[in-house]
Amino acid sequence: MSDMSTVLILVDALDGKVSSAVGELATFGKRIGEVVAVVAANDGAGVAAQLSSFAIDRAIICTGADFASHSIAPIAEALAAAVAKESPTAVLITSTARGKEIAARLAVRTNSGLLTDAVDIDADAIATQSVFGGSTTVHSAVNHGTSIVTLRSNSVEVQSGSGPATTEVLAVAISDSAKKSSVTSLEATVKGGRPELTEASVVVSGGRGTNGDFAPVEAFADSMGAAVGASRAATDAGWYPHSHQVGQTGKTVSPSLYVACGISGAIQHRAGMQTSKMIVAINKDPEAPIFELADYGVVGDLFAVLPQATTAINARK
Amino acid sequence: MAGGVLDRASVDAVLNDLDEYAVEEALRIVEAHSPTGESGEASGHTITLISMGPDRATDAIRKALSMGADDAIHICDDAFAGSDALATSLVLAEVIKKNGYDLIICGTESTDARMSVVPAMLAERLGYAQMTFAGSVTVDPATSSIAISRVTEIGIEKMTAALPAVVSVVEKINEPRYPSFKGIMAAKKKTITSMALADTGLAAEAVGAKAAWSSVKDALPRPPRGAGIKVEDTGNGGSALVEFLAEKRLV
Ligand SMILES: Cc1cc2nc3c(=O)[nH]c(=O)nc-3n(C[C@H](O)[C@H](O)[C@H](O)COP(=O)(O)OP(=O)(O)OC[C@H]3O[C@@H](n4cnc5c(N)ncnc54)[C@H](O)[C@@H]3O)c2cc1C
Repeated sequence: MSDMSTVLILVDALDGKVSSAVGELATFGKRIGEVVAVVAANDGAGVAAQLSSFAIDRAIICTGADFASHSIAPIAEALAAAVAKESPTAVLITSTARGKEIAARLAVRTNSGLLTDAVDIDADAIATQSVFGGSTTVHSAVNHGTSIVTLRSNSVEVQSGSGPATTEVLAVAISDSAKKSSVTSLEATVKGGRPELTEASVVVSGGRGTNGDFAPVEAFADSMGAAVGASRAATDAGWYPHSHQVGQTGKTVSPSLYVACGISGAIQHRAGMQTSKMIVAINKDPEAPIFELADYGVVGDLFAVLPQATTAINARK
Repeated sequence: MAGGVLDRASVDAVLNDLDEYAVEEALRIVEAHSPTGESGEASGHTITLISMGPDRATDAIRKALSMGADDAIHICDDAFAGSDALATSLVLAEVIKKNGYDLIICGTESTDARMSVVPAMLAERLGYAQMTFAGSVTVDPATSSIAISRVTEIGIEKMTAALPAVVSVVEKINEPRYPSFKGIMAAKKKTITSMALADTGLAAEAVGAKAAWSSVKDALPRPPRGAGIKVEDTGNGGSALVEFLAEKRLV
């Protein structure tokens, strides 16, 4: 299918910074055809300038203040205009809450099928999803309109490229209907030097076994440059913010390495982490179900194991 | 799997536990603006539950009615079986348009199919303001406006809009109440209106598995993870872990 097909990838950079997730979309898009990045941002040109190391053929730039001030709908509208112009085979969007909602509105607007939370996509735009809490792998295809697919970050190694050879400006007059909700303020997630949970390549999580003391979990995470996650037992107890909960009713993560500390491995927790590439568990109880998933398990006290591991990592630097 | 649709029946018949947060939020909004502080007739507002699902969904509907909602619409027809998010939002939008509401409140995602996209689709189809992933909701009937805190991975966005709006609420927005005995008794007398395909005015081809905008090619159980290494910490467990990670080039 390659060469003849065009794939649009959405560059959504609310804070003006392009993340590596865009590089992943480009990498996936290349399998299907020509990759056209659609930038929808306040400073479209500034964002487009950051695409130079990715495998992107062309860029379409939509600039305007509406993208930040009216959230989802204007971005979907800009993308729909790009779809009308390019008639792409597929539109690829990063699978965040924002990305999925943009994809949802675009699917309605273009009367196209939608697949969310994909972890892979092939040359024929057949997407791989992991469903029912990660217990089942599904291959699905869109059979109506453009294939609109949202892909989880950390799903593929970013292939480098030479960036868009041409850029063009697409003027989109955002409709009143797309401006019905207004953003009055944004309190951005304090990154505190740590990567975002769903984007991190390493996640270190703490559970009830921390007994409320996340210091060793955080110290180990920092030595690894990791994000910090938590089980529901830990978030329910108020030990860690709910926004860091991993699991069925929290975030789904799929990092290269997931380290579960003092977490038993309940099915609802697994649902959010079992597609991680490598799983390490640290637990006092040799019978803890988390060990069934773990590639490497340490039966021991996290308050002894983690500080020693942190020291060992820092010593290697 | 039948006809390119995953069989979710085997997963859990219990209606989406997240929807209880939506029902509770609706009750709180009405109670906040009721002269008596109670929902129901005295408040001057009505809460209608709309549920699209098989026959067995009636139990969950009764439970939500016993929490205090006024009445319910149960959209139920074999023709709807296998509807994906696009078809589901199409049906819901038709029913909502027919009746007209000021505020549509949804849960964020179903426990089985993790598609938090139906509320956004509804907003798009209805042309209502999209106020999704709300961690808090305030409605001002006097100005017919709504304000929310939208909680997503990027942070907390404060948003405002004029009604009508589609709201989705995140888990933990509130503590859903348990139905009282009085509520359970009252729910028995509340009306559940059934709507079949013909009542929605939609064509059979527009909904259900046949109309699915996407289809499953195959579904395979995830291969079990290979047996891992398990070591007991006898004093150097942390260092041994780091050696393992180094071997795998993860540090
Ligand atoms: C509808 C629903 C949704 C849910 N959603 C989620 C979700 O999204 N995410 C989630 O995580 N859970 C979720 N849960 C809860 C889930 O069922 C479990 O209750 C929860 O995951 C348990 O958290 P835990 O493993 O930290 O605690 P526990 O199960 O209590 O396990 C604590 C573990 O720590 C170990 N331990 C204790 N002390 C130490 C020590 N010093 N060193 C090492 N190990 C130690 C113990 O051996 C034990 O294995 C949900 C439940 C329901 C019903």
